[in-house]
Amino acid sequence: MTRQERRILLNNIIMFLSSAAAIAGMLFLFWIIGVLIYKGFTALNLDIFTYDMAPPGREESGLRNALVGQLMLVLGASLIGVPIGVLAGTYLSEYGGKKGRLARLIRDISDIMMSTPSIVIGAFIYALLVEPFGHFSGWAGIAALAVMMVPIVLRTTDDMLQLVPGSLREAAIALGAPKYKMILQVVYRGAKTGMLTGILLSIARIAGETAPLLFTSFSNNFFSTDLNQPIASLTVTMFNYATSPYDDWINQGWAAALILALFVLGANIIGRIIIRTKKGDR
Amino acid sequence: MNRLLDTIFHNTTRFFAISVLMVLAALFFVLFNEAKPAIDAFGLQFITNSKWAPNMDIFGGYPAIYGSIISTIIAMLIATPVAIGIAIFLSELAPPWIATIVGMAIELLAAIPSIIYGMWGLFYLAPILRDIWGGNGLGLATAGFVLSIMILPFMAAITRDAMKTTPPILKESAYGMGATRWEVLKDVVIPYVKSGIIGSIILALGRAIGETMAVTFVMGNSHKIPDSIFKPATSIPVTLANEFTEADTDLYYSSLFYLALILLVISFTVIAIAKFWFLRNLQEQRV
Repeated sequence: MTRQERRILLNNIIMFLSSAAAIAGMLFLFWIIGVLIYKGFTALNLDIFTYDMAPPGREESGLRNALVGQLMLVLGASLIGVPIGVLAGTYLSEYGGKKGRLARLIRDISDIMMSTPSIVIGAFIYALLVEPFGHFSGWAGIAALAVMMVPIVLRTTDDMLQLVPGSLREAAIALGAPKYKMILQVVYRGAKTGMLTGILLSIARIAGETAPLLFTSFSNNFFSTDLNQPIASLTVTMFNYATSPYDDWINQGWAAALILALFVLGANIIGRIIIRTKKGDR
Repeated sequence: MNRLLDTIFHNTTRFFAISVLMVLAALFFVLFNEAKPAIDAFGLQFITNSKWAPNMDIFGGYPAIYGSIISTIIAMLIATPVAIGIAIFLSELAPPWIATIVGMAIELLAAIPSIIYGMWGLFYLAPILRDIWGGNGLGLATAGFVLSIMILPFMAAITRDAMKTTPPILKESAYGMGATRWEVLKDVVIPYVKSGIIGSIILALGRAIGETMAVTFVMGNSHKIPDSIFKPATSIPVTLANEFTEADTDLYYSSLFYLALILLVISFTVIAIAKFWFLRNLQEQRV
């Protein structure tokens, strides 16, 4: 075998291996998606949305209370996390500067916070908001999710605001606008789509979290909208149902998984479309 | 009036920005404070003590720490070559339309909640592994495998992004000299993006080690150090998820916080190394 043939052979082997790795990896991932879609749609029916969680074997059982609880938790966390994240991100981009010491430190810490194990955040909130009050509560769940959300919103806001051209800011200042007005009316407007996408993606990210809710909002078998009490969520219900020995609970767990996945993927896809259409405009 | 509003706005934004630092400080402080009784009782020996006996009020973190580390190593051993393979496939081999579709699919898969990977592992992977290896199909190997599948999309996506930063002109010059694709990869692309790839791998490792939901179902939940990776074990997040609401004595509760603190320190260190050592220059922003 000549040297050249050897080189080509080696090249083909490596390229074959990496294609095989890609195909094998994709097969596993599609397997999971296939299972999710098949099991999810088999278990999905109207009862899921109209009845509350019930003991196994009961005809009239669904996930209504878990769906409502999940929505309340995610909405509550967003109402707290988004404004804090946006304002903090505004500080980094507009006051902190690209090289500012404090701003850089906060950016680095947020990056680390984003990857902090979510169960640790659950334990943290448990010590702060569950133990002192003596009971699990929806508020604790909201707090745990909000803690996870702030660094994500902060970083995307910071990135998106920095994309707004400096000349726009200068134009507003030159017209005599005070800085806060310049930020609120010019910078935010310029970064609107990007910020919206970032917020959407951060909501999708926290909506799928289970670990921080296990011992903060806990779960509740009954319909409840009282955030001072334990509240059911789709993810914790999935956890409880999947580890149960009852087939109808396990199936409902898959239905919950599908609803959750559709929500998360939907938010991701919408976020991407928003960004894409904006790019198309330019 | 405007000046007043300006000051208020400036200080409000600064307050919330600094609150991020305060939350991190509070995180360490609260965990340490809650873990204090266990730290006083067991000291650093907690890390090497392998006896976890809640009924006797004896707690050792070694089984959980061991399980976390071994399952993460297994996950990394499986996921790293596959993720790099996918990244090579996407950035060098696939025609653009396939690369776009597969690339997008991978990014979406990275967004799937981890508990779904865990459910798949419990109901589909574990029975298959049980038939192959015997036992009940739960343990470090199963957990490592599920973890590897879970971090695969994330790892492949950021490795591909890192590879894409190679300037095309460098690759073209190598091709111009008659290099094969593999030679271009080995001698041009990989040296150029080495630190980016290593950083991505460590970042994925940081995710894997703190992951709870993907492994809780398949770990088997046993506080004995298993004599094989196919036997039930535990890990720090799994112990926390399963036992937190059961802790009935102060020392039990405090020992769980000790474990949480250890996990926080490990993941903080790992992520900091990835971010500041390897990814400093790779200005990548990923939600």
